[in-house]
Amino acid sequence: MKKLILAVAASILMSAGAYAEVIKIGVVGPFSGPFAIQGKNFKAGIDAYIATHGDKIGENTIEILYRDVPQADPAQSKALAQELVVKEGVQYLAGFYFTPDAMAVTPLLKQANVPMVIMNAATSAIVTKSPLVVRTSFTTWQTSAPMAKIARERGVEKAITVVSDYGPGVDAENAFKTTFEKEGGKVVESIRMPLSTNDFSPVMQRVRNSGAQAVFAFLPSGPTTLGFVKAYNENGLKQAGIQFLAPGDLTQESDLPAIGDAGLGILTTFHYSLAHNSPENKAFVAAAQKAIGNPAELSFPAVSAYDGMYVISKMIEATGGKQDAQKAVDAVKGLTWESPRGPVSIDPDTRHITQNIYLREVSKGADGVYFNKEIKTFEKQPDPGLAAAK
Amino acid sequence: MQTFFSIGVDALAYGMILFVISIGLSVTMGLMRVINLAHGAFAMIGGYIASYAARDLGLGYGLAIVIAVLGTIIIAVPLERFLYRRIYGAPELTQVLMTIGITFCIIGLANYVFGPTLKTIPLPAGLQGPVDIGFRTIAAHKLFAIGCGVVVALGLWYLIERTSFGVKLRASVDNTAMAAALGVRTKIVYAASFALAVGLAAFGGVIGAELLPVEPYYALRYMVTFLVVVSVGGAGSISGALIACLLLGAVDTTGRYLVPEYGEFFFYLAVIAIVWVFPRGLMGRAK
Repeated sequence: MKKLILAVAASILMSAGAYAEVIKIGVVGPFSGPFAIQGKNFKAGIDAYIATHGDKIGENTIEILYRDVPQADPAQSKALAQELVVKEGVQYLAGFYFTPDAMAVTPLLKQANVPMVIMNAATSAIVTKSPLVVRTSFTTWQTSAPMAKIARERGVEKAITVVSDYGPGVDAENAFKTTFEKEGGKVVESIRMPLSTNDFSPVMQRVRNSGAQAVFAFLPSGPTTLGFVKAYNENGLKQAGIQFLAPGDLTQESDLPAIGDAGLGILTTFHYSLAHNSPENKAFVAAAQKAIGNPAELSFPAVSAYDGMYVISKMIEATGGKQDAQKAVDAVKGLTWESPRGPVSIDPDTRHITQNIYLREVSKGADGVYFNKEIKTFEKQPDPGLAAAK
Repeated sequence: MQTFFSIGVDALAYGMILFVISIGLSVTMGLMRVINLAHGAFAMIGGYIASYAARDLGLGYGLAIVIAVLGTIIIAVPLERFLYRRIYGAPELTQVLMTIGITFCIIGLANYVFGPTLKTIPLPAGLQGPVDIGFRTIAAHKLFAIGCGVVVALGLWYLIERTSFGVKLRASVDNTAMAAALGVRTKIVYAASFALAVGLAAFGGVIGAELLPVEPYYALRYMVTFLVVVSVGGAGSISGALIACLLLGAVDTTGRYLVPEYGEFFFYLAVIAIVWVFPRGLMGRAK
């Protein structure tokens, strides 16, 4: 059905732009399955961009083709990217929620002469796999490392890390541990939990027994987060004064209503809060909420998609619609603009986004809606992950 | 020593929640001989109904549980009449294919109707927050779940072993033709036990929602665990399912407490060991 609608939309678009060129952009993401909400956010961000800027860039009309990879599946991701390039003739590839999906596509870019704009996948190393990769999201290192500084500032001497045992979890653990110990703190214990853990009570007892003053946690957004935050409260860690620290994946806006009052006071560091106070963000949130349908489902991947579209539009402007991947990528190196999340730029060396990282506290508004309140800003943070890997 | 008690309490709570959700599956698989992979889907429907009743309609927790159980049964009865009745006694592959199909349909519908976000079931004040039990604190709702597990176990044992319905059910299962010849209305007995199994699934889905949050993929996410409990305990055996839940809950909790790096290694190691020694499960009946 989705394909049919796309086909109809495509034919309408093509007949409308009879004289100018139609530039196709292929977006790969999870649009069905357990992570469908993140794919929905990609689409909301892209739709919001088109709604506010129009689908014309210069003389050219853009057309978006969506391809669905429901779960991390590198082989399928690669096959779909190939199909987009060969059959559909897309000039740009974008999206990519999971790191392995993005990694699988990077070897195609040079031969296909197609730049890739990553709208989520958060492992530092992806940008090194091809010079045609640009990322407008964040890395786990980028969002986790400032939290270690916050912990030290707040007088935490001993911390414990608790992460899900998979790539981004290990990244978060390393980012926090490295930075925290550099600042003079001590990580007394590092726990890695299996991804399928449901009952977090035993973990919380270990955290309690470890004597740490703060727990740094990373879990993928979604169902497990809820159980984890509840276990933190129910096992008396909150009463015992053990501070809860995490990157913002744990308190993404679409999970907050379910977490409820249990989440109040949790500190997270992240690149974007829907509550960011700026006119750009207010306009973006209004457009994206309209695009997604149910405002409660809007979350952070939407802003990366929105900015990704901005970057692609600049690439199209620079190349005049002609397919030249290297020229397109070179054109956005050092690009600086005001994103809904705050001032951002594309680092010319890493092609990763340099952005503010905010310390936020989960708060409840007068209207009863939970939000991430920004209370401190770390300005112009590059990705420390690449430097650490060298 | 404190660690020992601490693990014990967590294991008991986790095991009991597993028991309440899985026992319905044990009834369908062991007594009715239907491999019902849609069991998790019924638990999820119960969770959704309770969430809607308690959160959106503002009804009390107790009332929400009753509505969830009845509502799920009402949804399941036509499914039994038109779909499940065709696969009683059918080859296992047919049963698996049809019930997994039903599961995917329910996942799609849940995603469409309720959206992909998590749904919670607000607890009454009495079940919220930690309770001090001397050497540590434990969530009040976990104590409630332990109580529910005990009540369900005793109630089911009484129903199946001590009432005339239980006698008819066991008779219908062992020899449908003979039971029918003796005047047992086997179709009604089957429909009633299917409703019972589905009702238990819904009840478990609501009670366990704090640990296993309700979202569209609930139906598949925890299905393997439920199946493991039934096969380790022995399909159809209440005491077997209870022992399996407590044992697996203990192994899993101890493993996660002491050596989380090993993941679910010890859980599945225990499963392999038990099934190796008891191929029909701990209390499975010989065929």
